[in-house]
Amino acid sequence: MPKDHGIGASNKRREDVRFLTGTGNYTDDINVNGQAYVYFLRSDVAHGRINKVDTSDAEAMPGVVRIFTGKDFEGVGGLPCGWLVTDKHGQPMQEPGHPVLAQGKVRHVGDPIAAVVADSLAQARDAAEAIVLDIEELPAVVNMKAALADGAPKVHDDLANNLCYDWGFVEENKGAVEDAFAKAAHVTTLELVNNRLIANPMEPRVAVGDFSRATGESTLYTTSQNPHVIRLLMGAFVLGIPEHKLRVIAPDVGGGFGTKIFHYAEEAFCTFAAKALNRAVKWTASRSEAFMSDAHGRDHVSKIELALDADNNFTALRTETYANMGAYLSTFAPSVPTWLHGTLMAGNYRTPLIYVNVKAVFTNTVPVDAYRGAGRPEATYQLERVIDKAARELGVDPVALRRQNFIQPDQFPYATPVAVEYDTGDYDATMDKLIEIADFSGFDKRLAESKARGKLRGLGVNCYIEACGIAPSNLVGQLGARAGLYESATVRVNATGGIVVMTGSHSHGQGHETTFPQVIAEMIGIDESMVEIVHGDTSNTPMGMGTYGSRSLAVGGSAMVRAAEKVINKAKKIAAHLLEASEADIELKDGQFSVAGTDKSVAWGDVTLAAYVPHNYPLENLEPGLEETAFYDPSNFTYPAGAYACEIEVDPDTGKVTIERFAAADDFGNVVNPMIVEGQVHGGLAQGIGQALLEGAVYDENGQLLTGSYMDYAMPRASDVPFYSVDHSCQTPCTHNPLGVKGCGEAGAIGSPPAVVNAVVDALQRAGKPVTHIDMPLSPARVWAAMNG
Amino acid sequence: MYNFDFVKPATVAEAVEALSGEEAQALGGGQTLLPTMKQRLASPATLVSLTGIADMQGVSQKDGAICVGGATPHAVVAANAGGYPALAALAGGIGDPAVRNRGTAGGSLANNDPSACYPAAALGSGATIVTNTREIAADDYFEGMFTTALNEGEIITEVRFPIPEKANYQKFEQPASRFALVGVFVAKFADGVRVAVTGASEDGVFRWAEAEAALSADFSPAALDGLTVPADGMISDLHGTGAYRAHLVGVMTKRAVAAA
Amino acid sequence: MTKVEMTVNGKSVSGDVEGRTLLVQFLRDGLGLTGTHVGCDTSQCGACVVHVNGVAVKSCTMLALEADGADVSTIEGQAAPDGTLNVIQQAFQDHHGLQCGFCTPGMVMSAAALLKDNPKPTEAEIRHYLEGNICRCTGYHNIVKAIMAASGQDVGAVAAE
Repeated sequence: MPKDHGIGASNKRREDVRFLTGTGNYTDDINVNGQAYVYFLRSDVAHGRINKVDTSDAEAMPGVVRIFTGKDFEGVGGLPCGWLVTDKHGQPMQEPGHPVLAQGKVRHVGDPIAAVVADSLAQARDAAEAIVLDIEELPAVVNMKAALADGAPKVHDDLANNLCYDWGFVEENKGAVEDAFAKAAHVTTLELVNNRLIANPMEPRVAVGDFSRATGESTLYTTSQNPHVIRLLMGAFVLGIPEHKLRVIAPDVGGGFGTKIFHYAEEAFCTFAAKALNRAVKWTASRSEAFMSDAHGRDHVSKIELALDADNNFTALRTETYANMGAYLSTFAPSVPTWLHGTLMAGNYRTPLIYVNVKAVFTNTVPVDAYRGAGRPEATYQLERVIDKAARELGVDPVALRRQNFIQPDQFPYATPVAVEYDTGDYDATMDKLIEIADFSGFDKRLAESKARGKLRGLGVNCYIEACGIAPSNLVGQLGARAGLYESATVRVNATGGIVVMTGSHSHGQGHETTFPQVIAEMIGIDESMVEIVHGDTSNTPMGMGTYGSRSLAVGGSAMVRAAEKVINKAKKIAAHLLEASEADIELKDGQFSVAGTDKSVAWGDVTLAAYVPHNYPLENLEPGLEETAFYDPSNFTYPAGAYACEIEVDPDTGKVTIERFAAADDFGNVVNPMIVEGQVHGGLAQGIGQALLEGAVYDENGQLLTGSYMDYAMPRASDVPFYSVDHSCQTPCTHNPLGVKGCGEAGAIGSPPAVVNAVVDALQRAGKPVTHIDMPLSPARVWAAMNG
Repeated sequence: MYNFDFVKPATVAEAVEALSGEEAQALGGGQTLLPTMKQRLASPATLVSLTGIADMQGVSQKDGAICVGGATPHAVVAANAGGYPALAALAGGIGDPAVRNRGTAGGSLANNDPSACYPAAALGSGATIVTNTREIAADDYFEGMFTTALNEGEIITEVRFPIPEKANYQKFEQPASRFALVGVFVAKFADGVRVAVTGASEDGVFRWAEAEAALSADFSPAALDGLTVPADGMISDLHGTGAYRAHLVGVMTKRAVAAA
Repeated sequence: MTKVEMTVNGKSVSGDVEGRTLLVQFLRDGLGLTGTHVGCDTSQCGACVVHVNGVAVKSCTMLALEADGADVSTIEGQAAPDGTLNVIQQAFQDHHGLQCGFCTPGMVMSAAALLKDNPKPTEAEIRHYLEGNICRCTGYHNIVKAIMAASGQDVGAVAAE
């Protein structure tokens, strides 16, 4: 029987009502009295030396308030990078500056050169066209390997070259890995590209800066997944504003997918300009602007080799990856191809020896940073593609080869050779469930039906594991993070028993306003309607690290549980006083405090009232009030895992691939709201299918973005995807957080691309085509070309 | 976009008068022109809306032809051109439902985007493009991508599509824009077959003469066996090479014949 | 500036606009109806879909002056005056057809236009009809399901239950 409230219930989302009636409050819906508008004049060349920016004509244009250029930011900090990677020689990465507005050079198409503030956006844009630019175009580097060649043009003149770092992991294992390859019975090698993606949340980025001369406080409204992180980075590193004079508000945010984690120039500019002009300044990105200013994702070029013994056991794995950083280091960019990628190369398997090499490269392209999955999809794609290729080379069943090498349930906790320790898992269980929900047994019949219609059919399978719920602060600190990764919550109980939870997590589609109250309701035994969630405003929530890396419930939810436990403990003390009983005998159930073994009880509301109207209250040893804050720093990542299957058809005449079926069996540990968890998986699957079949950011050799709008960047539409079969009934709860939850936000995007590509290769091989790999996106043109040699 | 004066005349004569002004431009449904203007790639001083001209609205059937008013939205053609099902289906497959409620037949033909659908219907049907001053045969109208026989200020008031015995349009969509990567319109008339191809050529919509000859002799997919269009001159971009487009022309033509 | 008058969600409204003012700008900035969203500038995402004289249009690709005298309805006019959601809105909530909510107004307005013309659309017809509405969150599964449910169809057999 499904539960109808509390943990495990598919409660309908309370936030839906405002979104369904047009009464949401997104950043672009916010207008501050008297605000001006900013238009950014952006570089239309990928690489150039700025000789002159002449704003004199533009300043005389109607409505212009002021025009800012890089010169105005010479005394201001640059955009900081939040992660320091140390290379294989123990040296720190090369870390270039990142000015708010370009200084000296422009380094990618879209690099902001000048900011025109005017009474209207149209006037600002009109004036921007009157700015006279003298920019000497320089040769651009776009291809990563070319960027590392001797004599390549340098993106940053003050760096030695375009190599950000050359990272070896684990460097000490390199020799042992090479020995294992030398002894292998079989080695499978695969070179592949993890295509550059653009996150494209449907809400483009917006920033509104405001300043109060009366209080000296700056306020930034912004489309962010983590307002406290923006406050810290922008306040401390860019503008020099202490936290108590800077308020950052991220109201309703229309999707993030990673690209709204980062601190962007436009946020710093609007905050800076509002103070300089004593007038609010608003910026709203057009979609075209988003394509060239939002951080992109993925963009790895990899070679992976898998060594097997004569019994098909994996004995070693070796990878070499070139990871594109773009022109500057975005906030968390260096961590993505390293700690979020190398640590997952063991996958679900017992491979004893692994060596990962990553060369991060600067190019004249938009900065690249985390996008849904962030490093883990790149690891999964390489690993699950090379295993599939190995199975085909060896003539063994791809599922059997995987099962044979799975980490077994009795091996947990399992320390991998790439520095992480999986707490729980049961990979055969999710594979069994997958085989059931994907109806493997009906495949042959469906294959025959496809054949009768002149279509090729294929079935692709893969597993995935991810590390999410990031993470222990002391561990990430050792790995180079310049931030902690805890989460916070304040549970404020009001006198009449209602509860407000102020969380440092941020909801931009994940449904925290619905799920977080389910947890509190379960703990206290009250109705969810008595609990309200507040998030997204640094002035009324405790310092939080925000939402990314599938961490909200595992870390933010755990902080809330800890704070609620403190509240309950105190409430029990009050109840004990009211009931004239020992605190140790007080039990809380269904919103009633009772004395064990008696019929004496007092209601939740009586206790909360006593806390704030402490007439009959143990004031001598207990403070009035009922409000507690907790900070939760996890002791490990969580490790969701699963098995995915994709069935596709290929039209042999055109190369067009259609997704016929997609099944996902996930282990997310305990689940608070199954409806929302399924929705998260659905969305991830569509993004993964999009990466596999449709999406890809493409630059030409001069650094011009050829996919600069939805006319050329193919977004998945409703007709590109099927109804999915998803299951989360295999549950091995996380052992180290109080809810036993793992995290479900990124799984779909991590696990799905290899299933799609494996399925297409399967279909082509069944049709007798000697195709072993096609790089994503598997567009009709690419598939047709592969089929026709 | 840059600002402009907006006028919305009620008659063709008033529209012609308004278009005689300096840097005046006609506005159909705006589904291409407005996005272009947002990018500031066009800067008319005056936009002359044609959507308020009652005489340019609607679909009728006379003398064996479907007559489509120049300002008729695609959705109206899709719903009312039942006498020419292939034309109705083509109109019902342009863009998406909201775009079809605004975009117009005349606007599409005046713009002559090399990937648009309507040029294939007009050329494949041997349509007559009727303007405020003259009638232009489709064979004389298309002059290369984004180029037509229209003079400055000339307005497409109606398009007359002769109804063939059989016809079909097959569109293979570009994955992002959903415009035609290759679209082929095949129409079989008593006196022969016309095959018009959109999306593929650097010269815009074109007639595939070899296919027309083969199909006029034998209207069957097999009649096309061995026929290919040269890849030379085909559009080559990130969505497909010229060779791929040339291949798709053959595939889509066969499918159109089979479905006609 | 030119005066424009229209009926929006049953109320007569007017305002002064430039030639270049888009319908969506008039709705959002002129009337404060911020439920209609702008998600792209190439007329593809559909976050801005409203109904003009009973048919769905992209309000970011229509001039405000083109809507002079028209009857416009937006997401703000869909629920009953007492706040009760209409059948499509309710189905979107019941079946989790939205996450971040940004594409939702356009989705609901497109769904309403579809069901007006086709009261019992098939899954394929719904997916095809949503060609001009992009959602990045839901993977479309629950949107399609919600529209089927809003049309009175049994969605119990839909996968992933």
